[in-house]
Amino acid sequence: MEIGHLTYMANQIARNLAMQGEGAAVAATYQHLSDFWDPRMKAAILAGDRSGLDPIARAAVEKLAA
Amino acid sequence: MGYERQADFGTPEVLSETSISLTIDGRAVTVPAGTSVMRAAAEVDGQIPKLCATDNVAAFGSCRMCLVEVEGMRGTPASCTTPVMDGMVVHTQTPRLEKLRRGVMELYISDHPLDCLTCSANNDCELQDTAAQVGLRDVRYGYEGDNHLGLDTDISNPYFDFDPSKCIACSRCVRACDEVQGTLALTISGRGFASMVSAGQSGDDFLSSECVSCGACVQACPTATLQEKAVKEIGKPERAVITTCAYCGVGCTFRAEMRGEQLVRMVPWKDGKANRGHSCVKGRFAWGYANHQDRVTKPMIRDSIDEPWRVVSWEEALGYTASRLQDIKAKHGARALGGITSSRCTNEETFLVQKLIRAGFGSNNVDTCARVCHSPTGYGLSKTFGTSAGTQDFDSVMDSDVMLLIGANPTDGHPVFASRMKRRLRQGAKLIVIDPRRIDLVRSPHIEAEHHLPLQPGTNVAVLTAMAHVIVTEGLADEAFIKERCDWDEYQDWAQFVSEERHSPETLEPVTRVSADELRKAARLFATGGNGAIYYGLGVTEHSQGSSTVMSIANLAMVTGNIGRRGVGVNPLRGQNNVQGACDMGSFPHELPGYRHISGEAVRKQFEADWGVELDPEPGLRIPNMLDAAVDGSFRALYVQGEDILQSDPNTHHVAAGLKAMELVIVHDLFLNETANYAHVFLPGSTFLEKNGTFTNAERRIQMVRKVMEPANGLEDWEVTQALANAMGLGWTYTHPSEVMDEIARLTPTFAGVSFARLEAEGSLQWPVNDMAPNGSPIMHVDGFVRGKGKFMVTDYVPTDEKTGPRFPLLLTTGRILSQYNVGAQTRRTANTVWHPEDLLEMHPTDAENRGLKDGDWARLASRTGETTLRVTVTDRVAPGVVYTTFHHPATQANVVTTEFSDWATNCPEYKVTAVQILPSNGPTDWQEDYASWSEKSRRILTEAAE
Ligand code: SF4
Ligand code: SF4
Ligand code: SF4
Ligand code: FES
Repeated sequence: MEIGHLTYMANQIARNLAMQGEGAAVAATYQHLSDFWDPRMKAAILAGDRSGLDPIARAAVEKLAA
Repeated sequence: MGYERQADFGTPEVLSETSISLTIDGRAVTVPAGTSVMRAAAEVDGQIPKLCATDNVAAFGSCRMCLVEVEGMRGTPASCTTPVMDGMVVHTQTPRLEKLRRGVMELYISDHPLDCLTCSANNDCELQDTAAQVGLRDVRYGYEGDNHLGLDTDISNPYFDFDPSKCIACSRCVRACDEVQGTLALTISGRGFASMVSAGQSGDDFLSSECVSCGACVQACPTATLQEKAVKEIGKPERAVITTCAYCGVGCTFRAEMRGEQLVRMVPWKDGKANRGHSCVKGRFAWGYANHQDRVTKPMIRDSIDEPWRVVSWEEALGYTASRLQDIKAKHGARALGGITSSRCTNEETFLVQKLIRAGFGSNNVDTCARVCHSPTGYGLSKTFGTSAGTQDFDSVMDSDVMLLIGANPTDGHPVFASRMKRRLRQGAKLIVIDPRRIDLVRSPHIEAEHHLPLQPGTNVAVLTAMAHVIVTEGLADEAFIKERCDWDEYQDWAQFVSEERHSPETLEPVTRVSADELRKAARLFATGGNGAIYYGLGVTEHSQGSSTVMSIANLAMVTGNIGRRGVGVNPLRGQNNVQGACDMGSFPHELPGYRHISGEAVRKQFEADWGVELDPEPGLRIPNMLDAAVDGSFRALYVQGEDILQSDPNTHHVAAGLKAMELVIVHDLFLNETANYAHVFLPGSTFLEKNGTFTNAERRIQMVRKVMEPANGLEDWEVTQALANAMGLGWTYTHPSEVMDEIARLTPTFAGVSFARLEAEGSLQWPVNDMAPNGSPIMHVDGFVRGKGKFMVTDYVPTDEKTGPRFPLLLTTGRILSQYNVGAQTRRTANTVWHPEDLLEMHPTDAENRGLKDGDWARLASRTGETTLRVTVTDRVAPGVVYTTFHHPATQANVVTTEFSDWATNCPEYKVTAVQILPSNGPTDWQEDYASWSEKSRRILTEAAE
């Protein structure tokens, strides 16, 4: 799965949830990824370069890694 | 069922709490106040002769055939226009009446060809029946006088003829067009003897008039004047079977009227609760695709998509498919396999396809075309209200005072419901339209929207938040409702957010291009105008903020207290006939039937126990992700039932690359569609006329689909899926779709009370049907939201990344038109093409002039993903800077230009916003020509067919 595209998707989710405030937005973004992303998509974003991720999306991905 | 005309009570049903008792021909009758004497008589099987009355239009009182005598009343009043009164004593058969009626009949017949024996309506004609009923024996006026007998028949409509020589000027057709359809295409011109029915203006015929070919006039006509061509060609039907239309989400029910194995006509069923006896051109007339020569009825296989197809037996096709699926699974794992269920197929078929994928393939890679249309509805409404469905039945609109219509064009997309809306609007309800385009409902005969907000495509959330801003800051919120029904703290957070100055209509005007003043007025009207109902379509969902828009809509309904009773609610107008059902049946990769997440252990265990297999607890891939993963090499086999993703999904080049990368593509369809160009296995499908099952319409109404003829391919679609499952060793033993429904009911709480037996008895049921709602649920969230408290969701406007610029300065938005349906696989194979032979590009006069384009010119439509050509129509329906087209024709392939941008929550593609450039062109692009020749090559079938 192309990491640029996955990064774009994760950022887009985070941006739309950002209004909830940082803590809630990270939790909601994490929940969204875990509820709707197929394992290979999760694996690819965990393994890929995270530098393109916005702060909320990055925190959510880190939570996914934990 | 044998053949009988549908019962006709003469005048419409009246709903009233007050009852009236009277006596008709010595029999006591009790009916609701306001009922006509004619209808009261019909309720007790009394047959008062009639010509100008029929029960789907208001009484007119012109023919004087239905005269009765009422004790204590002078004269002989017309029973169709006389309301019942308490204690009334009515006589319908007396020598005086008989004489009067015969006299009237004589007048009619003196200007009527006595052609009964050779007339196509013979034995199915109300005029003929009435003549017999009144005992007409001779006509004293002679036939020599002035008459209409020499008039020519208008055969311009492809489905029905108009033979004015048989017209009795009863005006039933005119009134049906006005009252039932709301198009007002017909008039009675002239007076007295000279009166004549005509379509449109003088010089028009039916085809060139405003007529939309709904068939209401044909159904209303008591003679052979307006009659289906098929009845003339095939003959009078001999039996009728009630079934459900397979086109749009309105879910009209029809009588399929048959002669032998041949379908003669589809006539809207008066008892159908979704359509109430009305229809549109597609369901009524456009079923000829079922026997079209392009239909493929034998299975075919090929090893590579460069080879021609080889016709094989079912056994060989299924054996080949199963073994290739198993090989791929063995080599690459279960998650390399997946499939797409169809919103065109029945609930039972859809359920079986997702079961095959989850339990047989072993992955959750199942998705459905709702991905590209209403997936944001599911997401948005379940977050806010707790269910993934609309809240009302269609009848509810008759209690609405204000309708807010967003991103939907019902007169084209949902025509039968649009006729109901128009009826309510003519009664005085108000309409607000939010749409970039001036759709027909903004202004049409007797209809004028109170406010049209022609927003810039992509700014739905901004407009709706601005409306919420007005409602909250002007103190118009229904706080009593909110306190009782919603989470008050969440409401306050949301109210604070929308009240910020940055959400005011004035601040947002430069972004939305909607006049702040007009928006304020619209918001005030919605909040204070009485029952407010919101109807929306794909102009809401097919955006990068589709899910946010659905949540904004839900917020707006809650803040104004417009949920939980008749006349209000949030109503997604579903595109396809069974898109609601396909979603209900577990067609999404993260959800089991009934919208329950696959990771939920308890639910998963229940399915595992029933199906005897272990299920993958992780969500699967969505369609766009499947295509990405295919290009990547981790997704290799796809079973597609009844969908044409190559034509319907965005960014055609990307879809093609994904399909091309797969090892095995199985297409199960009626035709070799565009997707089949990339397929290795073709399994022939059956039409809705050839199968049993159920569809669920946009009101959550589950209705029966009944087989009226044997499948041309030998098997119903559920049987094909079962045969494939069994070729893979699953050992399924369903003998009828009713058994599949029993399994659905067993495993899905909202369907617990549904069975074929109950559907047969009730006609239809609206889910949830369970212990709490044994007879179903026409209106949802009546005493509380399904999720408990209604949840206000903060939805921030995030502009799309699809931006115009110097290279692509215009915004393209897409939609559909009345006579065609979706990718057009069916409607293009019917005479409906007379109304829409090609996709056209609508463009504002200023934009056209700047590019030197005139009406009818060829233009090149280019975006950063691709280009195509089509012809231009210049119109101010679209605002400057916005262009519009449809996607019904593969020659245009409008989706070549749409992009991969999609809704943030569901990946529903952003069809409604693409930055494009348009320039003059001489004809099709190289790509269009290459594709046409490759597609022809890919459809080759080896002639030495094996059996
Ligand atoms: S329309 Fe009816 S009455 Fe007239 S010729 Fe035909 S069958 Fe006879
Ligand atoms: S077919 Fe429908 S739209 Fe056309 S004239 Fe008849 S009622 Fe009117
Ligand atoms: S066309 Fe038929 S419905 Fe219309 S006025 Fe003539 S007889 Fe009546
Ligand atoms: S049916 Fe009553 S006047 Fe024609």
